[in-house]
Amino acid sequence: MTTRRAPLRRGTAPAAVAAMAALLLAACGGTTGPSSDGAAQPAAGGTASTPLQGTVTVLAAASLTESFDALARDFEAAHPGVTVQTSYGSSATLVQQVDNGAPASVLALAGTAAAQPLDKGLAKDTRTFASNVLEIAVPPANHAGITSIDDLAKPSAKVVLCADTVPCGKAAQATLAKAHVVPNVVSKEIDVKATLAKVKLAEADAAVVYHSDVVAAKGSVKGVEIPSAVNTRLDYPVITLSDDAATKAFVAYVLSAQGRSTVQSFGFGAP
Amino acid sequence: MRYAATWRSRVTLGLPAALALLLLVVPLVALLLRADWARIPSDLATPSVVPALRLSLTTTSTTALLCLLLGTPLAWFLARSDSRATSWVRALLTVPLVLPPVVGGVALLMTWGRNGVVGQYLTPLGIQIPFTTVAVVLAETFVAMPYYVLAVEGAMRGLDPRLEHVARTLGAGDLRYLRTVGLPLVLPGIAGGLALAWARALGEFGATITFAGNFPGRTQTLPLLVYVELERDPQVAISISILLLAVSVLVLGVLRGRWLR
Repeated sequence: MTTRRAPLRRGTAPAAVAAMAALLLAACGGTTGPSSDGAAQPAAGGTASTPLQGTVTVLAAASLTESFDALARDFEAAHPGVTVQTSYGSSATLVQQVDNGAPASVLALAGTAAAQPLDKGLAKDTRTFASNVLEIAVPPANHAGITSIDDLAKPSAKVVLCADTVPCGKAAQATLAKAHVVPNVVSKEIDVKATLAKVKLAEADAAVVYHSDVVAAKGSVKGVEIPSAVNTRLDYPVITLSDDAATKAFVAYVLSAQGRSTVQSFGFGAP
Repeated sequence: MRYAATWRSRVTLGLPAALALLLLVVPLVALLLRADWARIPSDLATPSVVPALRLSLTTTSTTALLCLLLGTPLAWFLARSDSRATSWVRALLTVPLVLPPVVGGVALLMTWGRNGVVGQYLTPLGIQIPFTTVAVVLAETFVAMPYYVLAVEGAMRGLDPRLEHVARTLGAGDLRYLRTVGLPLVLPGIAGGLALAWARALGEFGATITFAGNFPGRTQTLPLLVYVELERDPQVAISISILLLAVSVLVLGVLRGRWLR
């Protein structure tokens, strides 16, 4: 499996602003900001003047499960006084939970559109930290013989998608429409990991998930690439919901070069 | 009252009791308060609700029928035997009752799935259970059948054993005794058990979403739709919840009338 690395696209204004802001924030937190020269950095965001304390509650999109587990572990190792609690679900579920008062300090979502229903008063800061594209996951045996997106139209192939309400479902619908493919959809699962699970168990012949999910599945599923002409790219925002120092340091770590390389090692693209 | 109720006992017992009542009642009231009553009829007629309603009705009715046809004989065997094996069977029957439904879903997938213990022999025959309406019925039956069997067994144990004895001396076999004496007498128990099992099947979520998936018109029952709609249009989710709440109250009415006396 190769890690897809999209070329850095710093030309767009929001990305540039986000990058600047990230630098500023990182500087305030006493951490080394994202640097393009790849210079050696202190582990997990560096050392703050006073040791950080407390709990950072992170709600993250299901597709971020493996990468945020790794981020949380590294951050906790660098800041022994901080506990990072992670919870994963569909972005739609998480936003609805936060709107209903779920105690969260950080929200990381699949796609900027997912943040739309979020109560605007809650978000203190929003930055893009990664991107993802869709990919078809098939069981290693691939009995249905799916080698391209057009093969999803085979009536005998049981295809599982994410629910229309969650980002991976919306993206899959857009991509299938662009490719003019009408698959035999047998289930619309509540989040991307539930969708992937049906292929892991070989109950479904194919699922439209993210490239990162195929990478994270580590060989328990096979990936079939979707051409970029019909693929849907999602930018992943990290939203700060709390003002406390540990939360800010965690977000700065996610945005740091080290954080990004962790996330990208799980198959995500650059923001 | 024979014993004077002191203010202390009133407070120490009354306070937790009131708290318990509030914990249970406030959420139901909240649901009613948040409902947009004028919207409920139109919400329940939306394109996503109608197929889910139809699916829920057909699958729960099939489940109730399966309980009746398969569960009644099982209840009868349990009721007339006091052997050690019977108590083991009863204990086994209680497991799905207390098992988290999602675990039931995983177990069903391991049984009927493509590579499942039973499913692997069905696949070559072209029979696939997961993601079908059959899977919904299997999931609902898995969680609902124990309620039915235990309720009917209880009713059957309440029968006067002399009735069966008399029927036997008059030459009636098992089937004839059941048809003419046993079953008519436990009819209230059967009705109560059916209502309980049906209500449990109607509320099934965990096993269904794990085993049968979530596809509109095929496996998306009302509880699954509530979950999905909460992300799309919370008001529709509340309207469906009100419907399910009304059905629950209705079932309670049936139970009070026929089963709980």
